[in-house]
Amino acid sequence: MNIIVCIKQVPDTAEIRINPETNTLMREGVPSIINPFDLHAIEAAVQIKEQHGGTVTVLTMGPPQAETSLREAVSMGADEVVLLSDRAFAGSDTWATSYTLAKAIEKLGADIIFCGKQAIDGDTAQVGPETAEFLDIPHISYIKKIEEVTDSAIRVQRMMDEGYDVVESSLPVLLTVVKELNQPRMPSLKGKMAAKKAEIKKMGMADINADEKSLGLKGSPTQVKNIFAPEIKAERKMIEGTAEEQVENLVKELREIKCL
Amino acid sequence: MDYFLTEEQVMIRDLARQVSEDKVMPIRAELDEKEEFPWDIMKTLAQSDFFGINISEQYGGLGMGGFELTLAIEELSKACLGVSTTFAANSLGTYPLLLQGSDEQKKKYLPDIASGRKLVAFGLTEANAGSDAAGVQTTAKLEGNEYVLNGTKQWITNGGDAEIYTVIAITNKAKGARGASAFIVDKGTPGFSFGKKENKLGIRASSTRELIFENCRIPKENLIGKEGLGFIIAMKTLDKSRTGVGAQGVGVAQGAFEAAADFAKERHQFGVPIISIQAVQHMLADMATQIEAARALVYAVAKFIDTGSKDVAKESAMAKLFATDVAMKVTVDAVQVMGGSGYMREYPVEKMMRDAKILQIYEGTNQIQRNVIGQALIKETAKR
Ligand SMILES: Cc1cc2nc3c(=O)[nH]c(=O)nc-3n(C[C@H](O)[C@H](O)[C@H](O)COP(=O)(O)OP(=O)(O)OC[C@H]3O[C@@H](n4cnc5c(N)ncnc54)[C@H](O)[C@@H]3O)c2cc1C
Ligand SMILES: Cc1cc2nc3c(=O)[nH]c(=O)nc-3n(C[C@H](O)[C@H](O)[C@H](O)COP(=O)(O)OP(=O)(O)OC[C@H]3O[C@@H](n4cnc5c(N)ncnc54)[C@H](O)[C@@H]3O)c2cc1C
Repeated sequence: MNIIVCIKQVPDTAEIRINPETNTLMREGVPSIINPFDLHAIEAAVQIKEQHGGTVTVLTMGPPQAETSLREAVSMGADEVVLLSDRAFAGSDTWATSYTLAKAIEKLGADIIFCGKQAIDGDTAQVGPETAEFLDIPHISYIKKIEEVTDSAIRVQRMMDEGYDVVESSLPVLLTVVKELNQPRMPSLKGKMAAKKAEIKKMGMADINADEKSLGLKGSPTQVKNIFAPEIKAERKMIEGTAEEQVENLVKELREIKCL
Repeated sequence: MDYFLTEEQVMIRDLARQVSEDKVMPIRAELDEKEEFPWDIMKTLAQSDFFGINISEQYGGLGMGGFELTLAIEELSKACLGVSTTFAANSLGTYPLLLQGSDEQKKKYLPDIASGRKLVAFGLTEANAGSDAAGVQTTAKLEGNEYVLNGTKQWITNGGDAEIYTVIAITNKAKGARGASAFIVDKGTPGFSFGKKENKLGIRASSTRELIFENCRIPKENLIGKEGLGFIIAMKTLDKSRTGVGAQGVGVAQGAFEAAADFAKERHQFGVPIISIQAVQHMLADMATQIEAARALVYAVAKFIDTGSKDVAKESAMAKLFATDVAMKVTVDAVQVMGGSGYMREYPVEKMMRDAKILQIYEGTNQIQRNVIGQALIKETAKR
């Protein structure tokens, strides 16, 4: 079983400052950590390896400093770590990030790919599903429990607003995970020693057969105009009663707000 | 003070500190209150390879020394002595195997110990054999291919929770201390049961029980070393592990000191933070000085033992004696610095004070340590 975990190195703060002129994240002086959701993804991958054998490869796209996050992944049990780094990747939006990750994953080969639910800086939660689309494989997002893994299929619980879905998929599959999935382990002493010596495989544009036009800033359709915290105005109303009463009331409400 | 630790030693210390802060500190008061065995923490320590620090790589350990183990014990003790006792009792129980175990025994037991899959306990003390350890009355009689054990061990740390027991029993009564032997007994062996869990003043997260042997039959191969070596193995085991108790003393004292110093900075009386009152400062100054002296001694002795020196009884007794007396004094003074708050369970120092007392008692009381040092001094003066 080949498992790939995509991790993102993020600034260690929920308070991300944004440069008002360029509308980009200001990362200077903020310590970097592994995106917290991705720690759960690593834990899940290592647990599957412990039960079923195989290798866990941890992959990140980022600047050379992202190496420290990869070493931390080794101390948690990753067998191999890959740094996707190239000037051509700079300025990627989610589309370009996903394209690049997908190209690397194609090259590396995987039965299961784990991503975090979302990155705590970019926060879009798009990279997992988009990567699956580029790879043309199924994905299941927000998984909170892995029920069963076999050589050819997986059954998981997908978290919903209320309750959960049980979803089964063939392999290969991409999963994005939520914190409820597990408790990420402490690093081990052997892992930390291995991490110090671990060889970091580096991949650039030339190594992943990527189309240069789809990479980095040039390959990014997103143009960031403005960044602001949205005001959430959504209201929720539960309509009760028998089925007929509910329909009647719903129609009435919709008419009132002129939706019907 | 900088002890010029290697990169790997720093790694051990820092990871032990991380486990302490993330996993131990948040629940230590609850473990104490409920007298609950710290299984989750033991699992974390196992997964993080702590149980294998001083077991050779051949058996799945890290192949390091007693000094590295000391660093881990000190950090855990800073957070909770109950937890660190549970952890350290494993190395106590493992030393007989490391010292005299056969290749077969090592192959069979050390991998499970190094990985933390199985906990270990050491059974020497009995109702009539405390400080007078040679007074052991539990017997082991060879019958065919089996030894038959009868007797009761008292106050055994990890008793009932451990899977592997190293036990001292008499194989030849006529020979006195030279008639004792060391054995490995697996939990679950018919005729081997446990007494009730003791209710203690401190280290309440650590479990202490009787080991009861009633015609308990174990294979002949479970004898460690040779018949008659039991008492020597027990003494050499204690020589090795006593620096660990010293490290526990350094750790708990450091934890209490830090809590007291932090409190003294915040607490105002007479319009000033009490840390600016000279009488309080002097207590803190004495505490810090005693802790540093204890740490320096414990580290020096642990490194000395790791050089493989044969006779380390005096030095290891000194490290245990000094550091645990410091621990008792510093934890009492920490309560004093904090006044009524120190006496309350909302703060950690009253627990540290209750916990610290055991360090002056187990693995040989501090009176016995002084006896050991005195005996060595007599030998030394005779040589001069
Ligand atoms: C509107 C918008 C504004 C942006 N602004 C900026 C900006 O100001 N500065 C800037 O630097 N970037 C910016 N980006 C780019 C973006 O933040 C990331 O570079 C990248 O596209 C990942 O998106 P995300 O952080 O939302 O990840 P998400 O989709 O939330 O991440 C989900 C999961 O995908 C995986 N993943 C994500 N990124 C990587 C990676 N690089 N390597 C490996 N795995 C990964 C992880 O498993 C992660 O848990 C912006 C993107 C958008 C859409
Ligand atoms: C919580 C706890 C955990 C323990 N865990 C273990 C364990 O895992 N394995 C194990 O084998 N044992 C264990 N013990 C036993 C421990 O090692 C003994 O309690 C200790 O050695 C002292 O023996 P005693 O309690 O019988 O005291 P005693 O020997 O009865 O001593 C009573 C007092 O007399 C003093 N005294 C006795 N003889 C002398 C002397 N010759 N010179 C000067 N003073 C003397 C002692 O210092 C002490 O002050 C544990 C004990 C406790 C309380």
